[in-house]
Amino acid sequence: MGFDKLVFYVFAAVLVFAALRVITCRNPVHAVFYLVLAFLNSAGLWLLLEAEFLAMTLVLVYVGAVMVLFLFVVMMLDINVAEMRAGMRRFAPVGVGIGILLVVEMALIVRSSAFSPEKFGNLVRSPADYSNTKALGSVLYTEHVYAFEIAAVILVLAIIAAIALTLRKRPKTRYQDPARQVSVRREDRVRLVDVPSEKRG
Amino acid sequence: MLALTDYLTLGAILFSIAVVGIFLNRRNLIILLMAIELMLLAVNMNFIAFSHFHGNLDGQVFVFFILTVAAAEAAIGLAILVVLFRNRRTINVNELDLMKG
Repeated sequence: MGFDKLVFYVFAAVLVFAALRVITCRNPVHAVFYLVLAFLNSAGLWLLLEAEFLAMTLVLVYVGAVMVLFLFVVMMLDINVAEMRAGMRRFAPVGVGIGILLVVEMALIVRSSAFSPEKFGNLVRSPADYSNTKALGSVLYTEHVYAFEIAAVILVLAIIAAIALTLRKRPKTRYQDPARQVSVRREDRVRLVDVPSEKRG
Repeated sequence: MLALTDYLTLGAILFSIAVVGIFLNRRNLIILLMAIELMLLAVNMNFIAFSHFHGNLDGQVFVFFILTVAAAEAAIGLAILVVLFRNRRTINVNELDLMKG
């Protein structure tokens, strides 16, 4: 067993353990942290496949941004954990049965001769001066440049949608509207009242 | 030596765990979103494995865009979740029957 294989099995074992804890944890905050562990381990596995740029992107974007967002939301919401777990025992046999069925089916396909090492070969290492980031960039900005720009538009869309969804005006807050303040006229504010003078007597 | 099947099997196991997670946590919307993230991770794992063993970068480009779209999806999904919790005071999927579905 080579060193590659040893590293792969260590990372894969931690990854599977973390994924199992994500779906069985009682506390959603713990589930988020186990998901972070799962992402870090898969970043390690991707490094093993020389996909350095994507591994770093996974750590920066997912662990750094998306999971922190999850954590914020989980901590902001006041979730009744006990109520959430109520149906778990009832659904467990069905879920586990379907899961095992899925693993067996997919393993049958994956282990078939179509994906065998004779066809695809073993892991081939690139030379030391090979740069995955450079290679990826040279395809991304030439062949896939339109898709790249559409991705940018999708991100802007996500920003606008997230802000528009969560923005709310509270009826009780007091605030100034400068436009209304500036455009006010004398007739709106000043009212002259004709008060008869008091009779002296 | 590592072969393609190792990575594909790992991806299959990860995907199945996510499916089981959806069954187990049918009530908690946040855990459902996290299970979907796990599924995307499994798919990305397969893409990168195929990309490396084919010697073709297109798979990694695909993963790049999946990561982008998944980030947008997570942001919008969590925003909807926050609005939902603000209106209903719960994220239990069973109680979300506003549309009478």
